[in-house]
Amino acid sequence: MKTNARTAALPTLLLLIGPAFILFTMLVVVPVVQAAVYSLYRWNGMGPLTAFRGLQNFVTLFTNATFQKAVWHNVLIVIVSLGIEIPLALGLALIIGRSDFPLAVFFRTFFFLPYVLSEVITGVLWQFIYHPQYGLVKAIVSFISPSAPSPVLLGNPHITLWVIMIVIVWKYFGFHMTILIAGLQDIPEELREAARIDGASNGQVNRYITIPLLRTTLQISVFFSIIGSFQVFDVVWAMGKGDPVNAAETMVTYLYKFGIQRLNIGLGSAVAVTIFAVCLVFSVFYQRTLMREER
Amino acid sequence: MRRIACLIGLLVLLPGLALFAAPVKFSFWHIGVNDPDKSFYQSVVDGYLKLHPNVTIDMTILENEAFKAKTSTLMQSGDPPDVFQSWGGGLMSTYAAAGLLRDISKEVLGTAWGGSMAPGVLGVYQYNGKQYGMPYDMGAVSFWYNKDLLAKVGYTTFPATWPDLLKLVSKLKAAGITPIAVGAGDKWPAHFWWSYLAIRLGGKPIFQNVLSGKGKGFNDPAFVKAGQLLLDLANLKPFQDGFLAATWPDQAGFIGDGKAAFHLMGQWSPSAESAYSVSKKGILDKEGMAPFPSVPGGVGKATDAFGGGNGFAIGKNAPDEAVDFLKFLTNKENNSRYAATGNIIPTVKGADVSLKDPNARMVKGLVDKAGYYQLYLDQFFPPAVGGVVNDSVQAILAGTQTPAQAAAAIQTAYDENK
Repeated sequence: MKTNARTAALPTLLLLIGPAFILFTMLVVVPVVQAAVYSLYRWNGMGPLTAFRGLQNFVTLFTNATFQKAVWHNVLIVIVSLGIEIPLALGLALIIGRSDFPLAVFFRTFFFLPYVLSEVITGVLWQFIYHPQYGLVKAIVSFISPSAPSPVLLGNPHITLWVIMIVIVWKYFGFHMTILIAGLQDIPEELREAARIDGASNGQVNRYITIPLLRTTLQISVFFSIIGSFQVFDVVWAMGKGDPVNAAETMVTYLYKFGIQRLNIGLGSAVAVTIFAVCLVFSVFYQRTLMREER
Repeated sequence: MRRIACLIGLLVLLPGLALFAAPVKFSFWHIGVNDPDKSFYQSVVDGYLKLHPNVTIDMTILENEAFKAKTSTLMQSGDPPDVFQSWGGGLMSTYAAAGLLRDISKEVLGTAWGGSMAPGVLGVYQYNGKQYGMPYDMGAVSFWYNKDLLAKVGYTTFPATWPDLLKLVSKLKAAGITPIAVGAGDKWPAHFWWSYLAIRLGGKPIFQNVLSGKGKGFNDPAFVKAGQLLLDLANLKPFQDGFLAATWPDQAGFIGDGKAAFHLMGQWSPSAESAYSVSKKGILDKEGMAPFPSVPGGVGKATDAFGGGNGFAIGKNAPDEAVDFLKFLTNKENNSRYAATGNIIPTVKGADVSLKDPNARMVKGLVDKAGYYQLYLDQFFPPAVGGVVNDSVQAILAGTQTPAQAAAAIQTAYDENK
């Protein structure tokens, strides 16, 4: 009986899965396989693939000081995302996620706004804000102390990455805050109320009731945050192409600059394969271990 | 009977048909998004179509950066436009080596067309001795300075030697004037400094050695010393605040607003200074132009020039009409008309009579008198090497590489991409 039902369902299954499967194969699987093939060649993107070099592109990549720096920058972005962005988003969600908070809708929209802007617009906007001669930061500094020298932010390689981090946190905390607010709304108010009746303070309610119940949502937020951190590109590119002197280079800006712009598609593909592998391994590991416990 | 009638009909029609050449269509891509360039190209296309009614020209106009991004994708798909903007040099050679360009040596070399060009400019569009494109603009990098600001510290002319330039920088600093604007965030404006110093120090031989593999290549003491001299200059802190992240428009605006005394830039500098200045007018008649100063002890001659320009390359599938169109575009009449707009330094002999701006005429003089003419290094070499030249100059200015390390990094990239 069961088998029959399955057989009968087969055409339906094919019909429903088929188009998505074909699209996914053409737009995801094929390019990934292509990139994997390119990564084994020395190729400028033009003409046939002739110069096979095995894993030489990967060796070059992993021993390249600039790429190592780029990977380290991605790790730093993950740390800042988890250490500052998510806690900030959680804190705000706990405050303005409460339905009795005055102007809750206004604040939710307000904090979500940066996420609505496109990455490139965000980058250009902050480039203006940081501009050493005409920027908002300069205007504030001059207002406080007219004789102070121009603040050099993006042009100082020691701090370029950190001033860009501010922009990344500014742009994405609203997104995580919104996910967490959605999660909060799934938690029955009765549970919190019961705890309060038992004499728990607001802090205790958050600590022992709300946050533990928010775990699944937090895990999703953390997942997006980490994957997003590995793939940071547009904001960094728009704010100085990862330079000066590779001070804000990330894996993807490295791919674009050294692979695409400088016509070294083989090396660029090796970067792409590396990023893909990192994200894939991380995703599978994360889903299998941390997120499976829930079920 | 009918057959004979048909035959006679054909005989009558055939000569008539020959008068109407078969319809031809080709594509033409340029980057003149603003006037006067845009209307100049439109007038050339209109003029050509009038003479050749059988031709259709499919014109695409793209902004510089968008053009670069789009063509690199097109090239990788193996489908180049027929007539398209090209800066010659390394990138064009990469395209030519991949078989993406049409060899037009037959049409150019040893013909009246080739002979109409100023000496030396054809080479920029050659690869392995074959011609793949034609230039219409070829200038030189030089100093552009604000006469008023220099007068404030007692200079009526621009320094003619490097040590004197350093003195000028110190005096300007002491007077509270920002001496130099540079968009080192875009890298290529900074690479002009290092390259020109190397040309003055080592002259033609060091570049020939790089290409032939003789000597130490980029590790030649002249390249290292160029970095050292640049570092000596940087140590005087002559640049605007935040220059390491500044863009070329920032640089042009700084000069155009009269906020810095001078900069090192190509022939398009005055028009860009106006465009990016707050007033949209630039510094007008306060603008002075001067060649790169001589460097004591250098082998290079004071007349050796460094620069580049613009031209068009021909795609591999281009019909003969596309080549003919390029010939029309670069004839003396059209080149003179373009020069009259003041936006280019013409490449056709005698076309410079229409150059009105005295500074532009001086740039033309630098090109004509050049004993040795070196194309921008980031264009001359393939992108993988040119990119490292740019990176390394920025690294010298940021203090993250010594001049010797910078030179070695460039040589390594050169060896890897030979």
